[in-house]
Amino acid sequence: MDLNTKYTPQSWPQHSENATLEGKNKFVGFWLFLGGETVLFASLFATYLALKNKGPSGMEFTTQELYELPLVFIMTMLLLTSSLTSVYAMYHMKNYNFKSMQAWLMVTVLLGAAFLGFEIYEFNHYVHLGFTYSQSAFSSAFFTLVGTHGLHVVIGLGWIILLMLRNSKRGLNLYNAPKFYLAALYWHFIDVVWVFIFTVVYLMGVIG
Amino acid sequence: MGHDVHTQFKTQTEYEYSRRRSANEMRGQVTTFAIMIFLTLISFTAVYAGFPANFIIPIILLLAAVQVILQLYYFMHMSHKGHETASLFLFSGVMVAFITVLTFLTIVWW
Repeated sequence: MDLNTKYTPQSWPQHSENATLEGKNKFVGFWLFLGGETVLFASLFATYLALKNKGPSGMEFTTQELYELPLVFIMTMLLLTSSLTSVYAMYHMKNYNFKSMQAWLMVTVLLGAAFLGFEIYEFNHYVHLGFTYSQSAFSSAFFTLVGTHGLHVVIGLGWIILLMLRNSKRGLNLYNAPKFYLAALYWHFIDVVWVFIFTVVYLMGVIG
Repeated sequence: MGHDVHTQFKTQTEYEYSRRRSANEMRGQVTTFAIMIFLTLISFTAVYAGFPANFIIPIILLLAAVQVILQLYYFMHMSHKGHETASLFLFSGVMVAFITVLTFLTIVWW
């Protein structure tokens, strides 16, 4: 069988993401990577929790004064919805419907970009208030944790966009199906991390 | 790659069955999404309503855990077969994560 074998919905394998040896290897390797990512974010969360509201004496910035819940709520809804739209993309991949898959990935990218826009606005707002990266132990821990998540969003968006462009004329085959599948997994993982960020950083920050 | 794959044509019945099965699964995913939105709303509302901190914090942490489990097992398909190695890797990561956070919150001081 050749890489570029054309399929029909009737001949497309049920599990196209791990129908080939390469697909299986990618799948296992990617979950190992996600285990490592969990540890990365855990160390950043631990640092944030230890340094929360800590800084030079007389520091005026606290979680309760900085965070604004309506903004965080909108960001949460955007990212959560983008997680569902990438599930839709994978549903269409399973049915060998390349056009619909691309369309749903496009929606995912737009929602992710909107999320990123709000995050940039938020960071910019904090910096204008004087809450810069080097302002205090708290500010460094906050920007490192939430910024690392934001960087993951940027990488995820770039990844999905590159996959869409590179395969736009090729259509689906068993070479690119695992790639799309893993990009969707990565996108869900970004949402998993955000669930903890909005709970531990923002909601628990507003509580005090 | 590719040499280990044999193209198998589904019969019309098999094809319709697999289409219906994925359509059912997709409906399940939308339900999962609705539950996740609902959990998020509860968390935000609880904080907005201003209940005592000792009461809300355990609840919103629990809701976050439930939401993450839904995301992992349904959106990321961990409930499907063939995810034993994936679970081993992820839960090893979760264990280290838990110990790290616990350490920073208890025996490390500033």
